[in-house]
Amino acid sequence: MCQRFLLLWSFLLLISCSGSGVNPPEEYKPVAVNLEIPTLFSQKLIAPVIPNDNPLTQEGIALGKKLFFDKQLSKNNRQSCASCHDPKKAFTDQQQFSDGVDGTFGTRNSMPLFNLAWNFDNRFTWGGKELGLERQALEPVKNPIEMHSNWTTVANKLQQDSEYPTLFLRAFGTSKIDSASITKAIAQFERTLISGDSKFDQYLLGNAQLTPEELNGFNVFMDEARGDCFHCHGSENNPLWTDNQFHNNGLDATFKDLGLGAVTGDPNDNGKFRSPSLRNLIFTAPYMHDGRFATLEEVINHYSEGLKNSPTVDPLMKKVNQGGVQLSPKDKADLKAFLLTLTDNDFVNNPSFQN
Amino acid sequence: MKLKNLIYLSFCLLFLGCTNDAEINLKPVSITFNFSHFWQSTAVTNADFNTIKFTNENGQQISIERLRYVISDIVLTHKSGQIVSLKEHNLVDVTNNQNLSFTTSKSIFPGEYTRVTFRFGFSNQDNVDGAYADLNTANFNVPSMLGGGYHYMQFDGKYLDVNSMEAPFNYHAIRAVDRADPNNPTFLDTSLVVDLGAVNVESNTQINVKMNLYEWFSNPNRWNLNLLNTVLMPNFSAQVQMSQNGANVFSLVNVTP
Ligand code: HEC
Ligand code: HEC
Repeated sequence: MCQRFLLLWSFLLLISCSGSGVNPPEEYKPVAVNLEIPTLFSQKLIAPVIPNDNPLTQEGIALGKKLFFDKQLSKNNRQSCASCHDPKKAFTDQQQFSDGVDGTFGTRNSMPLFNLAWNFDNRFTWGGKELGLERQALEPVKNPIEMHSNWTTVANKLQQDSEYPTLFLRAFGTSKIDSASITKAIAQFERTLISGDSKFDQYLLGNAQLTPEELNGFNVFMDEARGDCFHCHGSENNPLWTDNQFHNNGLDATFKDLGLGAVTGDPNDNGKFRSPSLRNLIFTAPYMHDGRFATLEEVINHYSEGLKNSPTVDPLMKKVNQGGVQLSPKDKADLKAFLLTLTDNDFVNNPSFQN
Repeated sequence: MKLKNLIYLSFCLLFLGCTNDAEINLKPVSITFNFSHFWQSTAVTNADFNTIKFTNENGQQISIERLRYVISDIVLTHKSGQIVSLKEHNLVDVTNNQNLSFTTSKSIFPGEYTRVTFRFGFSNQDNVDGAYADLNTANFNVPSMLGGGYHYMQFDGKYLDVNSMEAPFNYHAIRAVDRADPNNPTFLDTSLVVDLGAVNVESNTQINVKMNLYEWFSNPNRWNLNLLNTVLMPNFSAQVQMSQNGANVFSLVNVTP
C-alpha cells in the first residue's frame, strides 16, 4: 500500500514536471466510433464483424479514407483504390476489367464495396481468396496488374509525407507507418461503407409505395416457380440481398476462371463465385465476375434461358436442363423494375465517402 | 481490509466444506446435442457430397450438394411431471460442417427426465416471419407468399433422370401451405416432434442423434424424383409426404456420459 502510494506520488511529480520540455510521449486516445446501422439491418441481421484488434475510431476511419483516395499507394502515383472503386459508382468502376497502373488489364470485374462488415465468413473477392478486409487491402498495392508497388516503398513514401506521421500517431499511437497500420486504417474506412436506404427499404419501413410492376417483380424474385432468386440473393428478411456464399450460377460449361476452386483446390468448387449483393445494380454494370453482361436484361435472360450445365452447377439452378426458368417478357421487365428499387442514391452521394 | 478478506474467505471455505455432492449437482447444466448423418448404415459427411453415390428406395441414383436444417423447441419432462421447455433453435449445416454439435444456452436442473423431445423445423407458433436474426443472415427464410417463416430443411442435390442425365432436386421442407384459393391460404404444421425417450441429465450430458437420409425418400412414400424434384415448396401434398417420411428419419444413438 505504502509502496503504491510512493509510486503514485512520484508519478504525479513526474507529470507536474513535464510542462518544461522533457515530455514523456503524450498519449492521444482516438475517439471510438459505433457503426450507424440501418434500422432494417439491426432488426433482421446479426451484428456486423469488427475485429478486436482493429476497433473503429474517428481518427482511423478518416485516415483510412485519405489512404483510400491516395495515389501514393501505387507505383507511379497514378492510381488509388478509388480509381477502381469509385464512390459515385457504388465503389466499382464501370469497366469490364480494370486497368492497373501499367495499363495491363485484370480478368475480374471490380467489385462494389458496401456492407462488407456483414460478410460473416470473411472471405472476400469473387473467388474468396482474401480472408478479412485487412488482409485483402494488402493485395492491390503489390499486385502487378493493379497498383504494382511494394509495401516498403509505400510505407516510406507516407513516412516522408508532411501529414501522415501525425495522423498515424493519433489513430494508432505510433507515427511509425507500416503495411499493418495502413491496411487497418483502410479496413476501418471500408467498414463504414453501408448501403441500406433504397426505395425498397423505405417501402419495408412503410414510407414508400411500389408500383404494381415493381411488386410483381418482387414476387417473381421470391416465387420458387418463377425467378426463385431469393434462395441465394436475400429477401425482405435479409436486407444484404446476398447470402455471401459461393455458387456456380450456370454461366459456363467449362471454366476459364476456377473461382473458389482455385482457392480451395477442390474440383467441386470449380466455377463457384460469391453471390454479389443486388443493391445498387444501376451503378455497377457490367455484371458477373468477368463483367460479361452489360445490362440487367442480359443477366435476366441468362437466368431465364441462358444457363449452361456443368458438374458443379448449383442444384438451385433447377431448370438448367431446360436452359433456365423461362420467364415471360412481362415478368422479365418487372423483375428488372424490382431490382432497380434496390438503388441507394444517398449511398453514392454520401459526402463522408467522397474525396 | 486484509482481515475482512480473510474472514470472507474462511466463510466461503466453510460453506464449501459443508455442501455435499448432491447439492453441487443441483447447479443447472446445459445439454449438448450431436447430430450425425447416415445413408442407411453408411455414415455421411460433407466429404461425401457432390458425387452421385447414393441409391434411393425408388432405385434412383443421387448426389447430395447441400444439407441444412433447423431443430428447435427442446422439451424435457422431469420424472416429477414438471415440463421444461427450451425455446432455442439451431441450424445444423452439414454442407459447411457447422453446428453439428449444439449446446443449449439455457440450462436445466440435472436429474431423471422421462421424456426428451426436440422438433425438426418450427412449430407454427415459433415459425415467426423474420424473427430470428441468425436464420435471416443464413438466408433460410420462406417467402411471404408461402406464409413466411423459415425453411425446416434445404436438401439439394442431383439425380440421374430417365435419360441418365444429371438433374437437380431441391427437397425443401417447410410448413405446408395450400394456395388453391390464393386469398385464403391454409397452413398445416408439418414440423416433426422427435421423441428421444428417457434421458438422465448430468453435468455434461451429450445426446447423440442420427438422421438417416434414406428415410426421406422411402417410407411410407417411395419418392420418385422424376416426378417430385424441384418447386416443392408451394406443393402442399409434397410437403405432407415429406413430413410423413420424416417420422423415422431421426433416432437416438446414445446418451453419454
Ligand atoms: C486496378 C483496379 C483496382 C484497384 C486499384 C483496387 N482494386 Fe479492389 N478490386 C478490384 C477487382 C478487379 C476486384 C475483384 C478481385 C477478384 O475477385 O479477384 C477487387 C476486389 C476488392 C475487394 C473485395 C470486395 C468483396 O466484396 O469481396 C475489396 C475489399 C477491395 N477490392 C478493396 C480495395 C482497396 C482497399 C484498394 C486499394 C488498396 C483496391 N481495392 C484497389 C480492382 C481494384
Ligand atoms: C444458386 C444461387 C443463385 C441464384 C438462385 C440466383 N443467383 Fe444471381 N448470382 C449468383 C452468383 C454466384 C452470382 C455471381 C456469379 C459470377 O459472377 O460468376 C450472381 C450474379 C448475379 C447478378 C450480377 C450482379 C453483379 O454485381 O455482377 C445479378 C444481377 C443476379 N445474379 C440476379 C439474379 C436474379 C434476378 C436471380 C433470379 C432470376 C438470381 N440472380 C438467381 C447466384 C445466384
